[in-house]
Formats: sequence, C-alpha cells, structure tokens
Amino acid sequence: MSKILEGLKYSESHEWVKAEGNVAYIGVTDFAQKEMGDITYVDMPEEGDDVLAGEEFGALESVKASSELISPVSGVVLAANTELEDAPEKVNEDAFGSWIIKVEMSNAAELDALMDAAGYKAHIGE
Amino acid sequence: MAPYFPHTEADVQSMLEKAGLKSLDDLYSDVPSEFLRRGAYHLPDALSEQELRDWLHSLDSQNAHLKVFVGQGAYDHYTPSVIPYLTQRSEFLTAYTPYQCEISQGTLRYIFEYQSMICALTGMDISNASLYDGPTAAAEAMKMSISCTRKKTRVLLSKGLLPHVIKVVETYAKFHGVEIGYVPVMNGQTCPNCLKAELAKDDVAGVIVPSINRYGIVEDHSGFADAIHAEKGLLIEYCDPSALAVVKTPGEWDADIAVGDGQPLGLPLCYGGPYVGFMAVKKDYMRKMPGRIVGQTADKEGRRAFVLTLQAREQHIKREKATSNICSNESLMALWVTIYLSLMGPEGLREVNRLSSDGAHYLYDELVKTGQFEEVFPGKPFLKEFVLKPKKFPGLMQQKLEKAGYFAALDTEEGYVSFCVTEKRTKAEIDELVKIIKEG
Amino acid sequence: MKYYDKLIFELSKEGRVGYSLPKNQFPAAPELPLQVKRTSALCLPEVSEPDVVRHYTNLSQMNFGVDTGFYPLGSCTMKYNPKINEEIAALPGFNGLHPLMHAGLTKGALKVYQEMNKALAAITGMYAFTFDPCAGAHGELTGLMIMRQYHMNRGDLKRTKVIVPDSAHGTNPASAAVCGLEVVEVKSLENGRIDVEALKPLLDDSVAGIMMTNPNTLGLFETQIKTIAKLVHEAGGLLYYDGANMNPLMGVVRPGDMGFDIMHLNLHKTFSTPHGGGGPGAGPVGVAKHLEDCLPDIRVSGFHGNFGVILRAYAYILMLGKDNFKKVGQYSVLSANYIKESLKDLYKLPIEGVCKHEFVFDGLINDGAHDDVPGATTLDVAKRLLDYGFHAPTIYFPLLFHQALMIEPTETESKETIDAFIAVMRKIAEEAAADPMLLHDAPHNTPISRPDETAAARNPILKYQDAN
Repeated sequence: MSKILEGLKYSESHEWVKAEGNVAYIGVTDFAQKEMGDITYVDMPEEGDDVLAGEEFGALESVKASSELISPVSGVVLAANTELEDAPEKVNEDAFGSWIIKVEMSNAAELDALMDAAGYKAHIGE
Repeated sequence: MAPYFPHTEADVQSMLEKAGLKSLDDLYSDVPSEFLRRGAYHLPDALSEQELRDWLHSLDSQNAHLKVFVGQGAYDHYTPSVIPYLTQRSEFLTAYTPYQCEISQGTLRYIFEYQSMICALTGMDISNASLYDGPTAAAEAMKMSISCTRKKTRVLLSKGLLPHVIKVVETYAKFHGVEIGYVPVMNGQTCPNCLKAELAKDDVAGVIVPSINRYGIVEDHSGFADAIHAEKGLLIEYCDPSALAVVKTPGEWDADIAVGDGQPLGLPLCYGGPYVGFMAVKKDYMRKMPGRIVGQTADKEGRRAFVLTLQAREQHIKREKATSNICSNESLMALWVTIYLSLMGPEGLREVNRLSSDGAHYLYDELVKTGQFEEVFPGKPFLKEFVLKPKKFPGLMQQKLEKAGYFAALDTEEGYVSFCVTEKRTKAEIDELVKIIKEG
Repeated sequence: MKYYDKLIFELSKEGRVGYSLPKNQFPAAPELPLQVKRTSALCLPEVSEPDVVRHYTNLSQMNFGVDTGFYPLGSCTMKYNPKINEEIAALPGFNGLHPLMHAGLTKGALKVYQEMNKALAAITGMYAFTFDPCAGAHGELTGLMIMRQYHMNRGDLKRTKVIVPDSAHGTNPASAAVCGLEVVEVKSLENGRIDVEALKPLLDDSVAGIMMTNPNTLGLFETQIKTIAKLVHEAGGLLYYDGANMNPLMGVVRPGDMGFDIMHLNLHKTFSTPHGGGGPGAGPVGVAKHLEDCLPDIRVSGFHGNFGVILRAYAYILMLGKDNFKKVGQYSVLSANYIKESLKDLYKLPIEGVCKHEFVFDGLINDGAHDDVPGATTLDVAKRLLDYGFHAPTIYFPLLFHQALMIEPTETESKETIDAFIAVMRKIAEEAAADPMLLHDAPHNTPISRPDETAAARNPILKYQDAN
C-alpha cells in the first residue's frame, strides 16, 4: 500500500500539490517513487522559469528509466528544492516531505481540476 | 562450402524436425512468395582464403604507397607495434557494448582509463566513451549547446575550422533546425571582434573554434570564453588531442565543451576511418552529454567495479527525447588511444610534438628559401602543419612529388598549399622533397 | 576469468617510459608564445612497454567475446568474425592511405567501394549506397536526412512526421528527433505485427515516411509489408528499412523488393566485422533509384566512413560468394527456431509461429515465487547464464513485454553449442523453480558480482582523478 496524504491535490501523472495561498509546493507521490525504484537524479527547472499545467517541468531518473514530471498548475517557479540535487534518495525516503518545486500560481482555479486523496486512491487502484 | 557454417546436413535435418518443419524453405513460410528470391544473387563466386588474400593484395598494391606530408584532419603519426598487438586480442575485438558488466570489466576499465586520459589532455571534467569522429563530435557539441542554453537558436563556426568539420556540422544543423553563423579568420586566426559582433545579436547558443586552425596556426582565444559566457552561450574548442600536450587546453581557455578527433593519437590513416571522436565537458553539462559513459562503483563484495552509467540520457531509455541517437561508438579505437597514451606518457607526447614541430619549421624555412612560395601568415605560431602560397600553379610540382614518393602540398580552398610533418618524417626525406621542389 | 584490480595510472612511476622515438635531427623550432602554451600538468601514466602489455592482457581476460563463447545477444548478430579480414585490413597500402589523396592514388580503395556498392545493391535490391555512416544509428540518421531531402527537393515542406512502430529499436525515434522529425507511434497487434488499421488514419500529407524493421524486433516477419508499402507510398511517404535485422533475409529476401526506398546495413552485425567492444561499426545507407540525387548533399562523417570496416565486410562477401549467401539467412533462422521450440515449455513464448533470426521470451513460466521470496526475473536468468559461460541474451527489450529475453543465435554456432545452451537454459529454469534466491544472487563465478549501479549514478566517479 502506498502512502496518500489527506488535504493535498493529486494529478493523474502522480504529482501532489500542497497549496498555501497562491503558492503551490509540488512533488511526486509515494506510489510514483515506488514505481521508479531508486531515484538517481531529479532534473528541475530554475527559479524564474514558467511552468504550465499539463506540461513537463523536469524529470526523475533511475538507473534504467527516466520519467517526466508534469506540472499540475501554471505559474512561475519561486524555487527548486536544490537539496535533491545531491540527495535524490530523499524522494524515495519521504516522497511527501520532498517537494521538488515551489510555484507562484497564476490560476489557482486549476487546483479544482485535480483529484483529492480519495480520488487519487481510486486512480492508483489501492 | 564456406568455413563459417558449422551445420552438417544431419544437423539441419534434426533441427528442422525439432522445429516441426520439413525443409529450409518452410522457415520462410510467413514471407509472401513474391518476395522470396529463387536462385543465386548477382555476386561473385566464393573465393578460397588464398584467392581472397591474393585479390586483396593486388588491390592493396593499386594504392599509392607514399610518404605523407599532409594533415588537414588526418595525421601520419607513428603507431607503436604494441597497439595492434593488444587491440587484436579477441576478448576486446569480438565483444560488444559492455551490457553485462560482470563479464565486461576489461572493456569498462579501459573506457574509464580513456575517459581519464581525455580529461587529462583537455583539462575538462568529464569525458564520454567516444563518438564516431572529430566532425561528428563537433556536430554533437553543436546540438548540445542548443539543448544546454535557453531560447538560443544559432551556433557560430569559426571559418578556421577544418573544411570537413564545417561540412558535417552544417549537414547536422540543417536537419536539426539549427541556424549556423560564421566567424571569419583575420590575420590567421578567428577574429575576436567579429565574434563579439555576432554575439551581440543575442541568439548564440554555442561557438565552435579551432584550437589549431586549418592553416596550422595555434589560435589565441583570450577573452573568447568571457565574451561568450556573458551572452550565456557555450565555448566549444575543436582540438588536436596530440597537440594538447603542449598547447593551451580547452580547460585553460575556460571552454564548456572540448571535441576533436583522436586519430592523431597513433591511429593509422586508413583512408579516413575508423577514427574516434572525443568529447569532454564541464561538470555542469554532464547530463546533457551524448554517448556512453563509464563510472566507478563497487560490487556486492565491495570490490572496485565499473559500469555504464548515467544511462537515463540515452536513446534506449529516452527514445525520441534522447540528447543523441548514438549507441555504438568507436570503442576499439578508444582502446587504441588509451594504449597509445599509456606508452607515450606525458614526456613521449611532448617529444612527438617537439619532433613534429621542429621538422615542420625546418621544412617551412627550406621551402621559403626556394623562392617559390609566399608566406601567408608570417610569424604566426604553428606546430606540425602550415600553409604557403605557391607563386605558380602547383599541379606540376605535386605530380613530381607523387612520382618521387611524396604526398605533399595539398591544395586548399584558398589557393594555398598545405604541408604537415610528423615524427615519422626524416631530415633526409625533407631534404629530398625540398630538392624536388627547388628543381621545379 | 579472474579479477584484476589495477588501473594503468596505478602502475605509473616517475621516469618510466614506454616509447621509442627517433633522434631529433632538426634545429629547435621557436617556442610557442606563452599565451597559447599549455601550463597545467599532464596527468598521463608513466609506464614501460611490458607494464602496458601485461596490464591490457589482464584486462582482456575479464572480457567475454564471440571468440570466448556463445553470445546470443538479440538484435546484435554476434556472429563469428573471420580472421583473414583482420589480416587484410592491416595491409599497408590500405592502412597507410591518406583520406585526402586524389583518385589516381587510391585506385585499390576506390575499387573496394565500387565492388561493395555493387554487392550490397545485389543483396538488398537498392540502387546505390553511401558509405559515410559509422554505425547503425548513424545510418538511420543519414537515411532520414535523405528522406527529408527528397521531400525538400520536391518543395514538399510540410512532411515533418515519421511513423515508428512501438516495437522499434530506441535509436529509431532518437534518430528521427535528431533529424528534426516528429515521431508518431503506431501500435502493434496481438500477433506482434504492425496494426495496419491503426496506421491508415496516421497517413496524411504531413508524413515524411515510416521506419520499419523487418523482421521486427520480436523476430517476426511483417506479413502485411506489401499493403503497408502501398499505403505509405500512396500517401506520398517513403519507407525506411532498419537493417539491424537483415541477417535472416540474407540471400532470401531483399528490402528493395518489399518496397523500401531507403535502408541502412550494420556491417558489424550482418557482415561479420568485429563489434570491438562497441564499435567501430559501419552503417552504409542504400537508396532506391529515385532518391539517388539526394545522396551528395549529405555529409555525415569526416572523410569516407569507416573504410577499414567496409574492407573487412568486402572480404566477407567474397569468401561467401553467391552460392553460400543464402545459408546465412537460412541457418540463422533455423537455429533460432530450434532454440525457441526447445525451450518454450519452460519460458513464456508470447507469440507462437515461425520466427526469423531471433525471438523473444517473456520470462520464465515458473519463476519460483513463493511466500515472501520474489520469483526469478529475466535479469536473474541473464546473470545466471554468465555463471555457465554464456553471454546473456538482450534483456528488457523490446518494451512490449515486461520480462523480455531476446535470443539471437546466428548461423555460425554449431548444433553442439546450441544444445549446450539449451541444456543450461533448462537447468536455470529448474533452479529458479527450486530456489530463486540462487538466481537473485547470480552471477557467482565471474570476476565481479552485481555492482551497485544506483551508487554509480547518484555519485558519478567518471575518471581516475575523481576517485583519488
């Protein structure tokens, strides 16, 4: 069973969003990190980059795979979690504690299109 | 019967039986019959090994066996006999890409050594396991500069790059959708002011400049890196790796990518290939680099072990999003280079440069003395290669040289003739060559 | 094979040399100006000639090649590499030839190109070849450039898409992307072949062409090729043939006859030149007559391609001659079918029927999973094979099957070798059923055990200087 946190929003491509006002923290779910296996690198955008809902903003890499990160919301990157540059294993250890980017949302209404915890639970069939 | 097929008639029958088939034709029962060729192809009859050897010796003898005084991207340096001896070991020769690392530590270790040596020569942080040749390495660097920079669409090429490098980069750029700009050569070197003017257009992702240019001149790239980095572009140095023992390295010029052809490191001329392209980059661009990369790790018992690593960049994982389509490269030629550099060491490589450069300067001076050439770039520093402007049409001179056993004075696009001297050329050969030219 | 732990740098001792160079007979050239002179140290090993010979001999002994044993690596055609070809490639008149010599000086080399052009045209049904590409992927890229050039020459600039089946080699979509083409994937049917109905709606006037491997990466002949060729041509597109799987068709079927317009060959696969630990290869590209005009504009390598490799392939063709050619195809297909039928009771065969030169199993039928012990995977089977002195097949490709194990025996392996392989594969299946842990821990008898690849990727050590 994968961990799912209440109170977060979820995308079909397994990203989670934690909104604090107009600011969104984005990471990948526990389910996603398990599917990937040992993550070896997190490819992240830079501060000031634009992200678009439904568009790729980075990638997770393991030894034998690479998986795109899709932004659930649109906006401007306020920060990327540079801690993950040297310690990508943190995503494996605590997927919900390891945000990847922090975004200033340009359209918070986009959150409404995302799933809640129950919806995501059904989505991954657990 | 060719010697490469072990199956006997009895083997064929029993194997067909196991497969539930009656005849060899049944193996192609799924192929529409209109596509099945009956009868033999329009090919020669099979030769015996002796006949094959005789025929290819006869072709070999149809090629001119000349002493080479030309470079222009292919250099006639000496190959120590240890290299063909070791690279012919079938454990190296008949293996493929080291997918099964537990039985490929030989290949993986020499690639790691190769990467280390390329980094040592170039002064860069990270090398890949090799690319096809110098020109394609430059083309890969061109693509890489686009993917490492943002909103930049153009790559600049110095007109001082060797002609074949420019042609290959142009071909790749045309189909990859990259616009190419050019930086002219002034006074024998890539023009810094022209470069700055081009950079001002704010669309330049990368600039490829030759460490030693097509005229053999060792270029001064002072200020290039700063100017290019100020516009957020990448400096790409195209180098002769043999000469890097003595000329300023891409690392020292603060370049972002170093590329070139490993051929001068003891690879035979072999009519243009196989050679080996190299690429080394700054650490920041590690994950954008094309090609295989070998890394060090440990096995379960903690023993030092080597593996193909950072594979998430590659085509078999990223498919259409890969940074490059390269998979097979020139591994055996990388081994060739590795053994060459092991034998030569730092002092041997410097001595090769000394001998070549001393010989080339001697030839240059003697040729100027004949009065048949004008100096094109007097006083400019060069090592083993240089150009002169012949005062009269050089065709007759070239023919005479060929007849006497020399390949020299190659015509260039600019109307010069190009010469090159390596450590293989003796003073007696040079004196004879000069004498032939003097006699007109 | 025994473990040997040195790197050449670790044998270095200041003052040792491994070279012998002539005495300098010339006056000293002027020093390079300081501005362009190297000032940093040059960290290369200082070793003697015997050090070098022993070191690389030791390294070689940790390697497995075709000359060591059976190498059934699918899609790589690891056939025997004839030794006479090596002797010929080392002849001084070939080896010492400068690439910029004019035609009058290189008659022998040019004759090799002419004869190869004729021979490859006869073998493939293509009209003319370019020999510039240095590997298969390089050939793909070149072929796609020709495809785009063809449309450009006709002023048809909207054709920017290329169709690639989901079973394709990873290089196909990557080559297309490098060539500036957009990749459109077409699905395979249950029987492993291209879904012609799914292809039809994709064929509009934005399609430059389709890339196909036939037989495809499952080792299955694309039986609908005639229809596919007709549909693609009617839509104004071209057909590209990925020659990685040409071996089973040698002497039997020609891509040109099937309607392909452009193709590459992997001389290091189909034409027996040594794989060299990952190159040098050669990937000559052939085109049909109507594309001949597109060849000259496309310059993809420095000089004339990998001449040394082309020369070896030429020698191979001459040794085989027209009478033996067909045996390459037939025997490679026979051996593959023989192995498939001998093992399909223990390994999952997803698609029944006659295969070509290779086939794909989807893992073990009984992987031995029980209670908390996970079953043996394809990776485990591959690693266990190493213990028994065989190279592993290609694993986890094609992506259509999660436990893909792709076996290609080639025509140069004897029935005895193949039988020994079959016996070991059966034994491994028994071992898996009895104790999958034995396989999880394999290999046990190789110079190293499974290395930590995650650590290698997380903390890259990519040169000697990093490790010290």
